[in-house]
Amino acid sequence: MMASSYNAKEEDGHHSGSASHGGAAVVKSKKPDNTAFKQQRLPAWQPILTAGTVLPAFFVIGLIFIPIGIGLYVTSNNIKEFEIDYTGVDMNSACYSCAKNFSWNSTTSCLCTVDFTLEQPFESNVFMYYGLSNFYQNHRRYVKSRDDSQLNGDMSALTNPSKECEPYRMSEGLPIAPCGAIANSLFNDTLKLYYLEANGTRNEIPLVKKGIAWWTDKHVKFRNPGGNANLTAVFQATSKPVNWRNPVYELDQDPENNGFINEDFIVWMRTAALPTFRKLYRIIQKKSSTMPTLPSGKYVLDITYNYPVLSFDGRKRMILSTISWMGGKNPFLGIAYITVGSICFFLGVVLLIIHHKYDTRSTGADIPN
Amino acid sequence: VSQSFKNFFSLGGDERRVDSRTIYIGHRSCPASEAFIPPPKFCDNRIVSSKYTIWNFLPKNLFEQFRRIANFYFLIIFLVQVIVDTPTSPVTSGLPLFFVIIVTAIKQGYEDWLRHKADNEVNKYPVKVLEDGKPVDKDSEKIKVGDVVEVKENETFPCDLILLQSSRDDNTCFVTTASLDGESNHKTHYTVPDTEKDLDSLSATIECEQPQPDLYKFVGRMHIYKSNQEPAVRSLGPENLLLKGATLKNTQKILGVAVYTGMETKMALNYQGKSQKRSVVEKSINAFLLVYLCILLSKALVCTTLKYVFQNKPGQDEPWYNEKTQREKDTNLYLKMFTDFLSFMVLFNFIIPVSMYVTVEMQKFLGSFFIGWDKDFYDPEIKEGALVNTSDLNEELGQVEYVFTDKTGTLTQNNMEFIECCIDGFQYKYHDSSSELDGFGVTYGPMSKLQQKAGWEREELFLRALCLCHTVPSAPQEEKGFIASSPDEIALVKGAMRYGFTFMGLESKTMKILNKNDVEMYELLHVLNFDPVRRRMSVIVRTRSGDTLLFCKGADSSIFPRVKLEEVERIRMHVERSATEGYRTLCVAYKCLSAEEYEHADKGLKEARLALQDREEKLTAVYNQVETGMSLIGATAVEDRLQEEAAETMEALQGAGIKVWVLTGDKMETAKSTCYACRLFQRNTELLELTVRTLEERGRRREDRLHELLLEYHKKTVQDSPLAKTRYSSWSVGNQDYGFIVDGASLTMVLNSSSDSNTSHYKNLFLQICQNCTAVLCCRMAPLQKAQIVKLVKNSKGSPITLSIGDGANDVSMILEAHVGIGIKGKEGRQAVRNSDYAIPKLKHLKKLLLAHGHLYYVRIAHLVQYFFYKNLCFILPQFLYQFFCGYSQQPLYDAAYLTMYNICFTSMPILAYSLLEQHIGMEVLLCNATLYSDIAKNAMLRWPPFIYWTLLGVYHGLLFFFGVRLLFGNLALPDNGQVFGNWSYGTIVFTVLVFTVTLKLALDTRHWTWINHFVIWGSLAFYVLFSLFWGGIIWPFLSQQRLYFVFANMLSSVSTWLVMILLVLLSLLPEILLPVLRKPRGPHARQVQLKQTRTQTLYF
Repeated sequence: MMASSYNAKEEDGHHSGSASHGGAAVVKSKKPDNTAFKQQRLPAWQPILTAGTVLPAFFVIGLIFIPIGIGLYVTSNNIKEFEIDYTGVDMNSACYSCAKNFSWNSTTSCLCTVDFTLEQPFESNVFMYYGLSNFYQNHRRYVKSRDDSQLNGDMSALTNPSKECEPYRMSEGLPIAPCGAIANSLFNDTLKLYYLEANGTRNEIPLVKKGIAWWTDKHVKFRNPGGNANLTAVFQATSKPVNWRNPVYELDQDPENNGFINEDFIVWMRTAALPTFRKLYRIIQKKSSTMPTLPSGKYVLDITYNYPVLSFDGRKRMILSTISWMGGKNPFLGIAYITVGSICFFLGVVLLIIHHKYDTRSTGADIPN
Repeated sequence: VSQSFKNFFSLGGDERRVDSRTIYIGHRSCPASEAFIPPPKFCDNRIVSSKYTIWNFLPKNLFEQFRRIANFYFLIIFLVQVIVDTPTSPVTSGLPLFFVIIVTAIKQGYEDWLRHKADNEVNKYPVKVLEDGKPVDKDSEKIKVGDVVEVKENETFPCDLILLQSSRDDNTCFVTTASLDGESNHKTHYTVPDTEKDLDSLSATIECEQPQPDLYKFVGRMHIYKSNQEPAVRSLGPENLLLKGATLKNTQKILGVAVYTGMETKMALNYQGKSQKRSVVEKSINAFLLVYLCILLSKALVCTTLKYVFQNKPGQDEPWYNEKTQREKDTNLYLKMFTDFLSFMVLFNFIIPVSMYVTVEMQKFLGSFFIGWDKDFYDPEIKEGALVNTSDLNEELGQVEYVFTDKTGTLTQNNMEFIECCIDGFQYKYHDSSSELDGFGVTYGPMSKLQQKAGWEREELFLRALCLCHTVPSAPQEEKGFIASSPDEIALVKGAMRYGFTFMGLESKTMKILNKNDVEMYELLHVLNFDPVRRRMSVIVRTRSGDTLLFCKGADSSIFPRVKLEEVERIRMHVERSATEGYRTLCVAYKCLSAEEYEHADKGLKEARLALQDREEKLTAVYNQVETGMSLIGATAVEDRLQEEAAETMEALQGAGIKVWVLTGDKMETAKSTCYACRLFQRNTELLELTVRTLEERGRRREDRLHELLLEYHKKTVQDSPLAKTRYSSWSVGNQDYGFIVDGASLTMVLNSSSDSNTSHYKNLFLQICQNCTAVLCCRMAPLQKAQIVKLVKNSKGSPITLSIGDGANDVSMILEAHVGIGIKGKEGRQAVRNSDYAIPKLKHLKKLLLAHGHLYYVRIAHLVQYFFYKNLCFILPQFLYQFFCGYSQQPLYDAAYLTMYNICFTSMPILAYSLLEQHIGMEVLLCNATLYSDIAKNAMLRWPPFIYWTLLGVYHGLLFFFGVRLLFGNLALPDNGQVFGNWSYGTIVFTVLVFTVTLKLALDTRHWTWINHFVIWGSLAFYVLFSLFWGGIIWPFLSQQRLYFVFANMLSSVSTWLVMILLVLLSLLPEILLPVLRKPRGPHARQVQLKQTRTQTLYF
């Protein structure tokens, strides 16, 4: 890539005249040391970028990037992704009434059902996401409104949450557990997926709720105070977040997925980078090698509509997606790689022409002088 | 007495305290003074050079530090962070600021501690003070004005003393003033004449001027009261004053009375920090800083405005999931806006990094070591290398446009050798073979009087004059030869010695001369000292036979008007010829004084010496009066050899596009010949003269002639010359070169013309002529005029960078005046070195200092500054862009640890290493190709175009980082297990790309990869990765939020993230790779350099 030559300047290559005369020993300390460092003569590699040296690099980059880009593009294209908006903004949409009649005080939950059709079968494991739009999980006031030591099972933080949790710190004189705006606004819609068989029967598709959170979060960062047993007792002196229907120890029946280590809760607690985001909700595992995980056909999505978004003009979506080695569907990477690869290749060609032309010119008329 | 007192004080009754001080020797009141004036309180003899005490260190030091605008700015940011609820914790900016302040405070504290120690050493130094006739031991700080102090041999004087008694018979003592002005020769000082031997009974007062810093000036007088007698008055001059800091030599002990103590001593008054010189780079930094401050303010303003626009939309200010606290709700809207603005400022404040100041300071401090370390600057003769007195100006060495050089001692060696002389018009040249007067052969006679000689009487008179007319204090010592302050005089005395007249020394006013085994004795009556205005010196001696003779030697211009015309005619030709050969010429004249004449002169001299007011003027008047009607004996020619490689150095400097001006006090012919010898003037150089000689041509008024000449030269050099159009390539072959010669008198006329309008007009013309000449020679310059010239050029259009180089005390003013002052560790003492910014042993070292060191320092620091602004722009730009995606909520993109460490740890070391080690062009190549120096002239790398380039690069990178990752985050499921990344992952990816890009960008710029560069560049990247893994690998108990827990490790588990990071780094560096490649072939110059570079490389391969 670079024209280079090793410039090993020998240390005693340049003698400054008669420096070693007799008598110099008396004030020897004043004489500068003849070391490569002090004389700025450290051996050095001196690369120079020239058209000739950069040229092959461009070709190589082009040749590597274009195949990678094509690979990425194909992979991304092969990823199946289905997305449906169930916010209920439109009069005709199924969840319109649920969305319109939402009230924090209602004790019964509103149910709605959305039908959709998958044109193509989803072969491998399918990941079910919920997506929110115009929801500023990255707002500063929001991001900092949590107490990580409380979530890590710290007893003192449980009863005395951090000031950062304000105004979701205390409720009716009791400390809130888990405190803060993030926990308080936990996404609490329940989604259920049914396969509608040709005869009209609904086949519930099993949704796995384990493995949706980062392993380290689940096992280290989030811990229940005093272990996973007896959560009810531990959270006795605390209050549930104001917007929650159930206290934190009733998030799930499974003690390994209850309290602070509930995976839905952990996923939510990882604040999104952008106001439009998706979060992993459930995993649909591939059963057999012959059957696709989700065959093409009609599906029904049952929604327990608890989460209001219309007040801030937000949207809610349900996304089904397969995943490849590069993650979810994202054509950007493939396109970018192909573009950059092509640019490099093109530049290589341009440079080749310049290099060639310049070389012939310079032999004819060299430097005037 | 009262009469004289009154005379003295009559100038202004109340001003007497200002004018003079009265000292009672031994604190004895004087019987005769009718009104005893209680001695005013003088300051004690304590020297305080320290700045702080233990009590005031903290507040005073902090105050001093926060007076720096940068520190103050960071303090404000820190305070805002503490007071206002800001996105980043105060630690992020507090920690670096705290670090900087602490380090600076420790450094300054340590320096002050050293000063305290030094002060104590001086103040507690034991001295002997005479009390009631007995010496009593005291601390030096206890000495009061009026105390009589005893000093022994090799001790330093504890305060400024008037010498009262010396153990030597001849009432003299010898001192060296090495620590004051660096002159290591012995100087003779005299006791006050005719004082009582018994100091106990001495009752006297001293009137002297108030303390003033000039080491060589002192005016005072002593009144000695004797019982029942008229008080005697003695004049006191610098020869009676022993300065604090000087050392007593060759004298067993002396007694002196303290006249100035403590901070009022001349040494303390001279101890003043030099005024701070600021480099152009610093000015550029400040300009850039202003731009970035504007960027910062506008960013904060934009964000604040948009925030309130955004919040006005329904549901966005306070959605149900993100309610405000009660306090926030209660806050006044405008106050909130203001705090929001401050918060944004704090969020973006990293765009102006504290660390840049630290790095720049470190670079300068560490970088300056390389000058001292350079063994090429080591001179085996004086056994010393270069000296760096200030590290602030390293880069200025690469920007020099004008070099002002002294001639004697700088261009020439100041190693005088007697070459020839001329007696009565006959020329004598010394031949080694003979030492007799007979071997004093005539080689060249005027008017075809070949092989003729002047009468031997004249010859002997001439040689006696050489032997007597000087101030060499002692006979030749073994090995060392003569010791004297003037090398010319030594050369002359040595010259006379060769011809059989040996000066045997001066003992109690008697000069002995050994003349062919005969010892002649002369009584030295008066020495009429040399001064640069008179340009001559004389002695008055009395021979054994009782004749009184005056011998005078001096410059031809000052002697010729004082001797008979016909004598002048015989000698002038020789003098002029010698001068054109580059010799220093002196004319020697003598005069027999009749008894009356001598009486008159003696009286006049004594009177003038006693004068308290205008003593100098009065003396000069008497001198002029005495030195008239002399007869010219002959002239001498002394050669001053050129310094080693003086010509090569000058040629290289001119090749580098630097204009060289020679400023000398010497006469025009000598200076001109030196200029030719140095190749400043070439054969084909057309000389333009603006001297008294050309001005007096054609018998016209000088003013008219000046006007005419200026216009003529201006037309020649500026208007007609193609040089004017192509200024930068001015030093090319084919054009007519001009050399300009101006002398002091003409310069005065130019600068102080009769009318004001003319002055500025002449000044302009003069400057324009000078700027278009390849070399300018200013001769017959007074020291102050040298500084005037420098100032004139310094303040001219375009404010060029000036450099003054000199070796003597007379160069100090121009060394201080110029942007960069260089002292040569020459023979004329150390004053120039002490006042310089850099000191080098020889002139030839200037070439490497400028062409190699200066060039590299400039490139290094320019790159450092640009890089710092660039890297912080692309650091903060993504954070700014992120505000558009987080509801303008001041959410930081990066974690606090990254914000703090970015400039301190991750990206600081590679640029520091670069700025210390980079050699984009090898030193040898720089030295061989002087033209390379002009490539960076006029602050080329820190002008607006490169700054804009770097800024655009920073913007490009910032945009690329942010939006590249934004597109990647179009789908948040990045790992292959379907899990999603959050905002901290986003920031970490951007940050990782940023750190890698910024470091690799520097790697691309590095042209000189030593192992240190490799270590630091790859090391800091590795450190970043390891730190990130470590920082995210542990739940830190002291952190309230574990934001980065396993974020970095998880990021690395995603293939897409890897791919996007590689892509972004490559894409950002693409223009960096492409641009130099495309740029290269354009200029033939670059190609040339490259060729040479490869050539040297192969040489070293």
